[in-house]
Amino acid sequence: MKKVLFAMALALAQTAWADGGMDILKSQCSSCHNLTGPAPQTLKELWARKGPDLFYAGNKYRKEWLVQWLQNPTRIRPAGEFYEDHIKPGEKHDEIDPATLKPHVSLSKDDAQAVADALMTLKPKSDLIAKEKIEEGTISKSMGEMVFDKFLGCMACHRIEPDYGGLSGPELYTAGDRLQPEYIASYIRSPQAWDPKIWMPNKHVSDMNIQKLVHYLEALSQENKNGK
Amino acid sequence: MGNKLIFLTLLALSLPALAKEAARDNYRTYCVQCHGMAGNGKGVNIRDMSVQPRDHTDAKAMSARSDDTLFKVIKEGGLSIDKSVLMPPWGDTLSDDEIRDMAQYLRTLCKCKFGGN
Repeated sequence: MKKVLFAMALALAQTAWADGGMDILKSQCSSCHNLTGPAPQTLKELWARKGPDLFYAGNKYRKEWLVQWLQNPTRIRPAGEFYEDHIKPGEKHDEIDPATLKPHVSLSKDDAQAVADALMTLKPKSDLIAKEKIEEGTISKSMGEMVFDKFLGCMACHRIEPDYGGLSGPELYTAGDRLQPEYIASYIRSPQAWDPKIWMPNKHVSDMNIQKLVHYLEALSQENKNGK
Repeated sequence: MGNKLIFLTLLALSLPALAKEAARDNYRTYCVQCHGMAGNGKGVNIRDMSVQPRDHTDAKAMSARSDDTLFKVIKEGGLSIDKSVLMPPWGDTLSDDEIRDMAQYLRTLCKCKFGGN
């Protein structure tokens, strides 16, 4: 009985915590992040977006990562959002214009926990997540890089090391830590199912290569965390 | 006849209802990341690429491509015309109508047409 009461109290506390987090989200985050959906349906709406949509955050992020990152945010999108607003012509090629990029606010530990709890309740895309099944498996770094780089050309827009790869998409050397594996798979399968106007194309990646990419990104994050 | 009309209406409603965008705006959103703000192939992403993106202002190279080839490579990607995998297929992002407009927009960047300047 005591156990049941304790569990109920804990559940209530977590709900209260998430409610507090939702208050923070609404008051401090909603000017840059879309908390209610839908994703941009026109280019004009896409260009106006200042940060990633969070209305499906519970389908996307790993909670532990959110708690840590919100306390100590680092840049995930080297060219920000919308990328074309943050680049300028350079000597050899277009360059990022750092003066246009603003740092993300950081939260206290308690607020980060509350906001992460609130974000994890936002799951309107669970139907897409349910379609993905990630098989157990590993892939060598060289084979993963072959698929990512040579076969599919993902490095054109994404970094797989802090100083290697493209800049218009989010860096992927922490993606395995940041994102749920089913989300990675679903987003690769159809970026447009999540974000109809996004500048990531659908490359019609096979089921087999989707599995390989998920395993590769997880291995890459592990390596990045180990500081190799 | 009535049934057919209802069927066609339902079909139209079930398709993605994204409005057509101007080629220039699509170029700015999807192409500039690699082909550059000036369309000269010098995009923000190119430093580590093994194959460099096409310079769309290069009249000589661009006039060697027919409008049909431009349509195909935009819709189906570089591999479809034996070019680089780094040029992705945009067929799930742009409608056929938008891709046709894009091919014409490229002709304004190169100031050229197929088979000659």
